[in-house]
Amino acid sequence: MNTAEPQGRRPRRLTAGRMGVYALLISAALFFLLPLWIMIVTSLKPMEEIRLGNILALPVAFTLEAWTKAWSSACTGLECNGISVGFWNSVRILIPSVVLSIAFGAVNGYALSFWRVKGANVLFGILLLGAFIPYQVFLYPLVRIFSMTGIYNSLPCIVIVHVIFGLPTMTLLFRNYYAGLPLELFKAARIDGGGFWTIFLRVMLPMSIPMLVVATILQVTGIWNDFIFGLTFAGRENLPMTVQLNNIVHSTQGERAYNVDMAATMLAALVPLVVYFVSGRWFVRGIAAGAVKG
Amino acid sequence: MGAVSVRDVTVAFEAFRVFDGLNLDIEEGEFIVLLGPSGCGKSTLLNAIAGLLDVASGQIWIGGKNVTWEEPKDRGIAMVFQSYALYPRMSVRENMSFGLRMAKTPKMEIEKRVKHAAELLQITHLLDRRPDQLSGGQRQRVAIGRALVRDAAVFLFDEPLSNLDAKLRNELRVEIKRLHARLGKTTMVYVTHDQIEAMTLADRIVVMKEQKVQQIGTPDEIYRRPSNLFVAGFVGSPQMNFIKGRIEYNDHIPEFVIGQRRLPLSDYLFHDGRPAAQDVILGVRPEHLDIVNDGTWADFTIDIVEPMGADTVLWCSDREGSLQIRTNGSRKAAPGHRLSLTVDAAQVSLFAAETGERL
Repeated sequence: MNTAEPQGRRPRRLTAGRMGVYALLISAALFFLLPLWIMIVTSLKPMEEIRLGNILALPVAFTLEAWTKAWSSACTGLECNGISVGFWNSVRILIPSVVLSIAFGAVNGYALSFWRVKGANVLFGILLLGAFIPYQVFLYPLVRIFSMTGIYNSLPCIVIVHVIFGLPTMTLLFRNYYAGLPLELFKAARIDGGGFWTIFLRVMLPMSIPMLVVATILQVTGIWNDFIFGLTFAGRENLPMTVQLNNIVHSTQGERAYNVDMAATMLAALVPLVVYFVSGRWFVRGIAAGAVKG
Repeated sequence: MGAVSVRDVTVAFEAFRVFDGLNLDIEEGEFIVLLGPSGCGKSTLLNAIAGLLDVASGQIWIGGKNVTWEEPKDRGIAMVFQSYALYPRMSVRENMSFGLRMAKTPKMEIEKRVKHAAELLQITHLLDRRPDQLSGGQRQRVAIGRALVRDAAVFLFDEPLSNLDAKLRNELRVEIKRLHARLGKTTMVYVTHDQIEAMTLADRIVVMKEQKVQQIGTPDEIYRRPSNLFVAGFVGSPQMNFIKGRIEYNDHIPEFVIGQRRLPLSDYLFHDGRPAAQDVILGVRPEHLDIVNDGTWADFTIDIVEPMGADTVLWCSDREGSLQIRTNGSRKAAPGHRLSLTVDAAQVSLFAAETGERL
């Protein structure tokens, strides 16, 4: 008798339940991938092909013409410089907004979790409240405040708005992360003679890299995709890409250039897409960390 | 340089007062252990000495200087934590030198001190590693090294061995004791809930419970003459036996009486003169119960035998209650055996039943 062998029938790999799960997952994936597919193939077709109406078909006469047109010569209202202007506007808004909002959020979170500020919990509560009030409520008062100070419709104006509205989330993120670090580490640094800034810069910040990555992802995608703040506060010279995309899509005369619209949309979505693909792993990890440690 | 004095210190969290007017004097070069169960306030006291916690009133003096409102770094202290608290992104060398670099110490001096401390703790080969590449014991050595390079007059230890396994704990315990002997004039304040650490390391032990100091004394005093029931029960393993009974006078000689059993107390050293006849609790250490053939306390039956190698602990009982006896490991004993015991009155402790204080 061979006792080392397992007994009974080997469990079947592919059961009916498994197949059901796969079917559901595949159809869900198709549902979300189909629009992307249509956008890509349409943007690579000339208009003659699009008129035929086979929106799922691969392009027969493959062309990048729509992409170049969308980038450099599509018309947004009266000007015809393509979406590239908006792209660079968005970059100019994005970089200072992301850097500043993360910097302020990290310092806030650090101060709230380690330096027993008087009434820290109340302050934090008030800050969080800000995250739950709909943006629309702020728009008109902010417009009034900015026009009184004279920086309305400028780059600093839109950057300030993004920094302020990023603060609650950024502070929450960093506060929760720092709350998870051992308090003894902070005490050790105090005894070693670190002050507020030295402990932050030399001990805490080097440990915050995972959170910095997550915060960057959140802020880059959030600010890049913003429409309403850009439209309201940036001014005509600094309109971000999302606003310009809207203008391109809605200011067509005569025949609607579907391929150009699609290409322009793809271009506008490129930055968040790249960020998600490159850093998806980090993104999930950071969200989970923030959620569990709260 | 390293005398520490805690004068009338009150610490309060919001409305809750942790200490109310606590006093403690620690001499230079002394090894003091703060011992107590968790939540007794021992770590709070240590943090107050370190300056990591604001005191509500009272003063803290270190080395003849009032440091009550000084920053931790200016108090001439070094601290070792339970969780090691090493900076994870720095190498061992950077960890040890961080404080000195903060203080802008010359590079040569830093190098010299780090080298010296590393040699003392035998961690020279680890200097370029990162904390996550070290074992628990090595990490705690590095943490001690980080304290050493500060050249502080007072070392504060906050349960430094509690995260280590039993074997390492013993090794490092001896090493800390050796370090204290070698450093000579360095004062050490050590917080623990482990009575073995307290007994083996301390010059004096401060036993605490519920934010109050219960007794301050040498390990010998704490063990042999505990000042109340709590100290008697907290220190010693297996635990001291407590027997409820009465003190009665028989021909002017006090006797402990329980049922038919008596223990003349003529050899007992009363704390404050002979007390009146009253209800008391007798405390007897398991090793002070002797098994003899015709003892004064007869008719005990063994319930459980716990061999521990060098010693054997016998749990035995009679109709009244149960006792633990520590006896030589070579003694043959089995459950069901009958025993007869004698008690040496000079070795016992008597506590007033009402207050729990030593008589």
